[in-house]
Amino acid sequence: MTSKDWNDQRIEIIIGSLLRAGVMLAAAVVLFGAVLYLMRHGHDTINYTMFNGEPGALKSIPAVLKGVASFHPRSIIQFGLLLLIATPIARVLFSAIAFAMEKDYLYVVITLIVLAVLLYSLLGSAG
Amino acid sequence: MSVYLFTTLVALGSFLAGFLGALTGLGGGVVVVPMLALLFHVDIRYAIGASLVSVIATSSGAAAAYVREGYSNIRIGMFLETATTIGAIVGAYVALVVSGSSIAVVFGLVLLYSAYLSSRNREASGVAIQASPLAKKLRLNGSYPTPQGIESYNVTGVVPGYGLMFGAGVLSGLLGIGSGAVKVLAMDQAMKIPFKVSTTTSNFMIGVTAAASAGLYLSRGYIAPGIAMPVMLGVLAGSLVGAKILVKVHVKILRYVFAVVIVVLGCEMIFNGITGRL
Repeated sequence: MTSKDWNDQRIEIIIGSLLRAGVMLAAAVVLFGAVLYLMRHGHDTINYTMFNGEPGALKSIPAVLKGVASFHPRSIIQFGLLLLIATPIARVLFSAIAFAMEKDYLYVVITLIVLAVLLYSLLGSAG
Repeated sequence: MSVYLFTTLVALGSFLAGFLGALTGLGGGVVVVPMLALLFHVDIRYAIGASLVSVIATSSGAAAAYVREGYSNIRIGMFLETATTIGAIVGAYVALVVSGSSIAVVFGLVLLYSAYLSSRNREASGVAIQASPLAKKLRLNGSYPTPQGIESYNVTGVVPGYGLMFGAGVLSGLLGIGSGAVKVLAMDQAMKIPFKVSTTTSNFMIGVTAAASAGLYLSRGYIAPGIAMPVMLGVLAGSLVGAKILVKVHVKILRYVFAVVIVVLGCEMIFNGITGRL
């Protein structure tokens, strides 16, 4: 194994640990929201048989943040899920920086393409 | 059903799915959607949204462990992710326009195929592979640790592998699964990448692929917090416990049992899809 491979791996292990922390943070937020949700709505009856689509308050990042500010349980859960969706996006961003540090510009470009697709999905489609 | 009961039962089922998925290496995502759709009568679109979220959780949560083993190839992963992420967005758009019944039928077929793949024996070809010029240009060749020391490998079949990866991405976005089976097929069979490298690189790609369609699912209102919450927490806890417990002796039996479960679920999905009950 060359020193370049080894560097690759060390950077990846650091990134992997950050991802794990991100997942745990997301899970903690979801759990917190879940406790509130069950306390307030635990005895409600639900039916998910028909697909109605979630209300606008749970569909876009600004709307979810607004709901979190007013302490809505389902918005807090959704915020935790957003954090979770952000973890792979963060990993791709870190990889782009790592490739740039190695001056591997071909892979900087490839990684930025992946990043652009991910951001399009999360932000570009929200309109 | 009350919120309490629904949350508890779905969390328990998801825990079991994550636990078995981690033990058998088949991934828990494939059973989450049939469980929600068949057992809890959740609309398949909500089920897919919840499953996608759990796929991201297990993939990102395990990334560090896989990289530490030294098998995964980051360049192969990143290069192929350009195919899987674009495929995932295409799959998510297709999911918007087709009926739930047809999604169920496709899901069933993929389940049957996954079970077939996992029942086959994998053997190392042992033949030295000539690296293709494209693989060299993209610096895909790498090395990995074996019992005999560090061994280097060459990569070929970049174009068919890339095409299969696009397909894996479409399935992931359409069905809310990791598509690990198709990803491994692309790397292991088409690109002749060593099996260990294929499986770990696939795991590392799954989270990024799922994130590509999860954003679209969220903005279209397919991700319901009341469903995704117990699924995500259950699968994550199950897979963490599953990864900690080493029951090597029983893994073969477990894999067999899990494969049978997948076949049954696959048939159920196809039947319910064709009869229009999903």
